[in-house]
Amino acid sequence: MFTYVLRRLLGAVPTMFVIVTIAFFMIRLAPGGPFDLERPLDPLIMQNLERAYNFDKPLWQQYFIYLGNLAQGDLGPSFTRRDFSVVDLFRVGLPVSIQIGSLSMLIALIVGTVLGALAALRQNSWVDYMVVGTATFGITIPTFVIAPLLSLLFGVLMGWLPAGGWGTWKHMILPVVTLSLPQIAVVARLTRGATIEALRSNHVRTARAYGLPTRVVVGVHALRAAMLPVVSYLGPAAASLLTGSVVVETIFGIPGIGRYFVQGALGRDYTLVMGTVVVIALFVIVFNLIVDILYAWLDPRVRYD
Amino acid sequence: MMKSLLSATCLATVLLTAAPMLATAQAEVVYNRGNDTDPTTLDHHKTSTIPEANLMRDLYEGLVVPNAKAEVVPGVAESWEISQDGLTYTFKLRNDAKWSNGDPVTAGDFVFAYQRIQDPKTAAPYANMLYPIVNAEAINKGEKQAADLGAKAIDDHTLEIKLNAPTPYFLQLLTHQASFPLHQKSVEQFGDQYTRPGNMVSNGAYMLEAFTPNDKIVMRKNPNFHDAANVKIDVVNYIPFEERATCLRRFEAGEVLSCSDIDNAQMDYMKEKLGDQLHIAPYLGSYYLPVKVKKEKLADPRVRQALSMAIDRDFLAKEIWRESMLPGYSIVPPGIDNYPDPVFLPYKDKDILDREDEAKKLLEEAGVKEGSLTVELRHNTGENHKNTMTAVADMLKNIGVNATIVEMEGTGYFDYMKNDGDFDLTRAGWIGDYSDPQNFLFLFESANLGFNYPRWSNADYDKLMAEAATTTDLAARSKILRQAEELFLKEVPAIPILYYSSTALVSPKLKGWEDNIMNQHATRWLSVEN
Repeated sequence: MFTYVLRRLLGAVPTMFVIVTIAFFMIRLAPGGPFDLERPLDPLIMQNLERAYNFDKPLWQQYFIYLGNLAQGDLGPSFTRRDFSVVDLFRVGLPVSIQIGSLSMLIALIVGTVLGALAALRQNSWVDYMVVGTATFGITIPTFVIAPLLSLLFGVLMGWLPAGGWGTWKHMILPVVTLSLPQIAVVARLTRGATIEALRSNHVRTARAYGLPTRVVVGVHALRAAMLPVVSYLGPAAASLLTGSVVVETIFGIPGIGRYFVQGALGRDYTLVMGTVVVIALFVIVFNLIVDILYAWLDPRVRYD
Repeated sequence: MMKSLLSATCLATVLLTAAPMLATAQAEVVYNRGNDTDPTTLDHHKTSTIPEANLMRDLYEGLVVPNAKAEVVPGVAESWEISQDGLTYTFKLRNDAKWSNGDPVTAGDFVFAYQRIQDPKTAAPYANMLYPIVNAEAINKGEKQAADLGAKAIDDHTLEIKLNAPTPYFLQLLTHQASFPLHQKSVEQFGDQYTRPGNMVSNGAYMLEAFTPNDKIVMRKNPNFHDAANVKIDVVNYIPFEERATCLRRFEAGEVLSCSDIDNAQMDYMKEKLGDQLHIAPYLGSYYLPVKVKKEKLADPRVRQALSMAIDRDFLAKEIWRESMLPGYSIVPPGIDNYPDPVFLPYKDKDILDREDEAKKLLEEAGVKEGSLTVELRHNTGENHKNTMTAVADMLKNIGVNATIVEMEGTGYFDYMKNDGDFDLTRAGWIGDYSDPQNFLFLFESANLGFNYPRWSNADYDKLMAEAATTTDLAARSKILRQAEELFLKEVPAIPILYYSSTALVSPKLKGWEDNIMNQHATRWLSVEN
């Protein structure tokens, strides 16, 4: 197992290299640059700026400068937020995104599996219809509709919670609910399907035949098998949740890192976009690895040696 | 001995812990203030946007400042003299002006700042604001040394500034953040880290306490500010709202006391629900359609005039922009300083149907048959820009001109126009940096390749602009500038269609907010009532 993890981690290095290289040149292909504003700058001032940020050097030189800095953990200065380095921005934003993302994940996992399992056990009953109906609803309504609605309802009309902003635990409730609702829906549906299938599988039938109590049959044997598709879904989902959501952060005014991707891309903030790409890629790689390890633990048939 | 020391320590501890308690007993006045977006930087030499200007106006004080009505009033300078030829300004600095760390604000701080902004290494986007100062441009180009700048400290409290030419709007320029002083010691000590909370020393009514990107910038009242006694708000939290609807919700929830902008889509709702908390004021800006004049089909001024006539500005302002813009018939917005007699397109008050007939006649004269002219309308991404162009295309159809619409993404768009892109008509906007017609008319000087998107070149226009630049008599100068605009409106290389207006939400709890053409509202003039 240990050698497997090590091998995977080593394999991530060339993957990261390819991602960084492609991203570096792709963002440069986009027309314009970080200093193009609605009102163009004096050519002389533009020259001064380009010199200050190495933009006057050939692209391949800039690429190697970037790679060299990246290897030392330096993601460079941000062009659109010049009082901060990209690392500074992530130091402030990442903990915020992780807090909200992991809370939503946790809620989605617990509520989703419980609802899904209940629906599976009471298949074709009103409980099942309720869960499936609500889940379909939850998946189809986009967050950019739910978020302002929740903010309007609980923030403006009722005044129970802050309509937006960041600071106390109260500020977290609405964004976490918004983020977890569609995840709950997906997890519930996956759990339901997988549990129904697991309940019909041979090893569960065997467990029943042994006369094990239903609690054990469902809780240990069926659910464990049913978790496989949920886990493989949650890996990439976690990577995207923890790296922040543009929509939720913008609507609730949360200082996470989700917005940097869009702000960086629109402002041609090359280093900020690159930094976001690196962070997201890292999260995806790590979570895929976690999923694979969990797989081996959940399903005894999977072996990585 | 031991005992008295102990009791002294106890007493000190009690006093120390009690002091902050006493301070918090009088509740702090906090103002949560919506801003358009976060600043690119808090180094005012490197700023260029309006939300940045809002922040700088609170952090720093220039020689002169805009008051609540955006009139120029004394700031760090308590008085000034202008020489007969209009070339030398001598400012007398107030004795009680202090930095937030208690250091006195001296003439040297201004000289240091003015030299730094021209240093090519600073790469300041608004270095040109101070180009009227002797040698400023040459220093910015790297041709002269910083010490050659025409700004000198005669003594700690006397600053002399020499200009290249009489610049009637020079005091207006000094209200811009490019003209603010800098605390030399902290800038030199911290280098590019001097803008960090804890490092930054400022001389305005407020000082920087914290900056969390995408969350808020916290400013606290500067106790060393010379007019601190009249500053009523203790803490300002500048909150960036890229999503205007979010600001509206937080405004309605009472979490912010003002929004710097509104979501036009919700205009009807706000008019009904918020009443006079919704502020719409004329603003120093024009929205116009540059026409690529060197294209054969658009080279004839009669064709351009016909296109202009057919555009129903009232419809655009009311239906597309929901009154967040005003119908525009000139490139210089009315109400500007130093321009008592504005000039407009002659058909400003004519009925649109008559205008269409007249436009058709003009096209005929120019030899353009009905349906034979097709123009491309290009715009950058944005719901309102798109709708504006769609409406314009419809209006042009009424005079037998076909139009196609092309959308471009924002960043590449301005680059494309600047680099002489192959367009027919585009859209562009200009917000004045100071209240003077020159700041709008210079856009179309033939040498101004950065902004003259139509690439219009008219020797008479250039001559008038050059003449205005050296005319000291304000009345005579305004007449020359008027002639220039008259010429521009006859040739319409860019079709003015709208004036900007500033929109804001202002809570009734916030007192002292005066609508003004510059949309400047320094927090020091405001107060909060519960």
